[in-house]
Amino acid sequence: MHKLIDLQHISKAFDSNIVLDDMNLYIRENEFLTLLGPSGCGKTTTLRIIGGFENPDRGKVIFDGTDITAFPPNKRQLNTVFQKYALFPHMNIGENIAFGLRIKNKPKAYIQDKIRYALKLVNLDGYEKRMPDSLSGGQQQRIAIARAIVNEPKVLLLDEPLGALDLKLRQDMQYELIRLKNELGITFIYVTHDQEEALTMSDTIVVMNQGYIQQIGTPEMIYNEPENAFVADFIGDSNIIDGIMIQDRLVEILGVRFPCVDSGFGENKPVDVVIRPEDVELTTSGAGILQGTVSHIIFKGVHYEMEVMANGFEWLVQSTRMFPVGTQVGLSVDPYNIQIMNKPASEDEEAIGVNE
Amino acid sequence: MNKKTLAFPYVLWAAAFIVIPLCMVFYYGMTDTTGAFTLENIITIATAEHAKALLLSIELSFVSTLICFLLAYPLAMILTNMNVSQHSFIVLIFILPMWMNFLLRTLAWQTLLEKTGVINSILGFLHLPALEIINTPGAIVLGMVYNFLPFMVLPIYNALTKIDNNVINAARDLGANGVQTFFRVTLPLSVPGIISGVTMVFIPALTTFVISTLLGGSKILLIGNVIEQEFTQTGNWHLGSGLSIVLMIFIIVNMVIEAISDREGEHTSL
Repeated sequence: MHKLIDLQHISKAFDSNIVLDDMNLYIRENEFLTLLGPSGCGKTTTLRIIGGFENPDRGKVIFDGTDITAFPPNKRQLNTVFQKYALFPHMNIGENIAFGLRIKNKPKAYIQDKIRYALKLVNLDGYEKRMPDSLSGGQQQRIAIARAIVNEPKVLLLDEPLGALDLKLRQDMQYELIRLKNELGITFIYVTHDQEEALTMSDTIVVMNQGYIQQIGTPEMIYNEPENAFVADFIGDSNIIDGIMIQDRLVEILGVRFPCVDSGFGENKPVDVVIRPEDVELTTSGAGILQGTVSHIIFKGVHYEMEVMANGFEWLVQSTRMFPVGTQVGLSVDPYNIQIMNKPASEDEEAIGVNE
Repeated sequence: MNKKTLAFPYVLWAAAFIVIPLCMVFYYGMTDTTGAFTLENIITIATAEHAKALLLSIELSFVSTLICFLLAYPLAMILTNMNVSQHSFIVLIFILPMWMNFLLRTLAWQTLLEKTGVINSILGFLHLPALEIINTPGAIVLGMVYNFLPFMVLPIYNALTKIDNNVINAARDLGANGVQTFFRVTLPLSVPGIISGVTMVFIPALTTFVISTLLGGSKILLIGNVIEQEFTQTGNWHLGSGLSIVLMIFIIVNMVIEAISDREGEHTSL
């Protein structure tokens, strides 16, 4: 698949605050790509640069082979769904949806058809005459999406569109967005700080921190094989432990040697080790690689979440089996579930990570 | 109960200085010197002299309001787009003259515009023909615009700052260029500010007699001057009150029409 949008060497600073530094990223046609990161990581700025609301200090935005870096938003073949809906408060729903089409002088009958089609698509038939402020947050967000897609953009930009909704509605809207994307067959670029949202919906996740891309990959890759401690920590819960790579396929953690599947780190090299809480297996005392004591337990519905003190480290463990506080347990980890990462050489490098 | 008690001083104030004077205006306006009921004082607006004064007042206030609007809207837009430190400075420059006495400011214009005033002295020094501005309707309009402009800028500025920036961005995103965004989104959303601005300029301009006395000389009579003369010179309180009632009714009708058009405007787009 060819590159629909190509960001080349994008840098952006606000006053002296560098938000993006030499960023390179491409987005393929028909992809659901999510920019994920904590606030201030540059994800929204990236989206605003693609939308034309910010100009990069350096670098180019290539859209379908054309350099659109200097184009104003109204000259770009993409539409944005804003965080707080941004519906026109003085127009009814029908007029809101028709806005882009009327600007382009489309015929009346065509506009009416489009309004009906869009409202049906977002499950709000018959809302044409309502005013935006009479709708709930979730309904307003659907209208914002309808208003964007009637223009048949090649790319839809979504800036934390579910941020203002409550949890249940957010989950429903996630499925709705996946359905919409499949029905429309266009590219979605989605910005969020919510890792669960990103994992649920995306084809590709771009994890960002402090203006640098940390990792690009499918949700499975990002979750199972985080490239550095930041990604591991940001995506889901994890145990991040200092370790020493003794040799290929053998790592020492907390004074105990664990077999693993990684190689190529060298011998006796300090590394970061990531083990997901659901990958720590608890057995009866005496068995397993490590011995520990359960110090906390919380019931989470599907599983129990326990903290187990073993060799001076508090392990986060998720298991469907319950071990009461104070129980002596054995811990073991499948070699495939141990993820080895190079230690960052300095604070700066922690942020830079991979930027290729 | 408690809250009602707190409102008592204002109720007293309102009764003493608003309700009672208003009743007195109506009493004087509807009676003749003997105290008998009459509509004579009100009907007198139809006489050529009074009708002319009222029409001229309306005309000059309308022109002043229009000029204020045309000056204020771009200024308010510039202010809205400035960063905080810049705009406080501009607002200060702009508000500064208002801290001076209204009468003094208008007198200053008189000195500037007089036949042998500052402006004509400078023009004479440069061997340019002298201007005859003082004692013309133009001078009155100038005085009105100068004095009332801030009352137009501030409400419009207020309305503009309330518009969510993302709504503007959304219009651009949906394909509207700068001009289309202005006429379809910014302008309609600032209508409440425009209406307060228009009201706050038009009504004082319509009722003023100070500006017209100082800058219009005795040649140009506005309805405010006619009413003032009835009270201070002729001493006919009955006629003065009657004309005041006419002016009041005219203003109320105007405001009602504005309010209705505002409510309808909310649901129609361009």
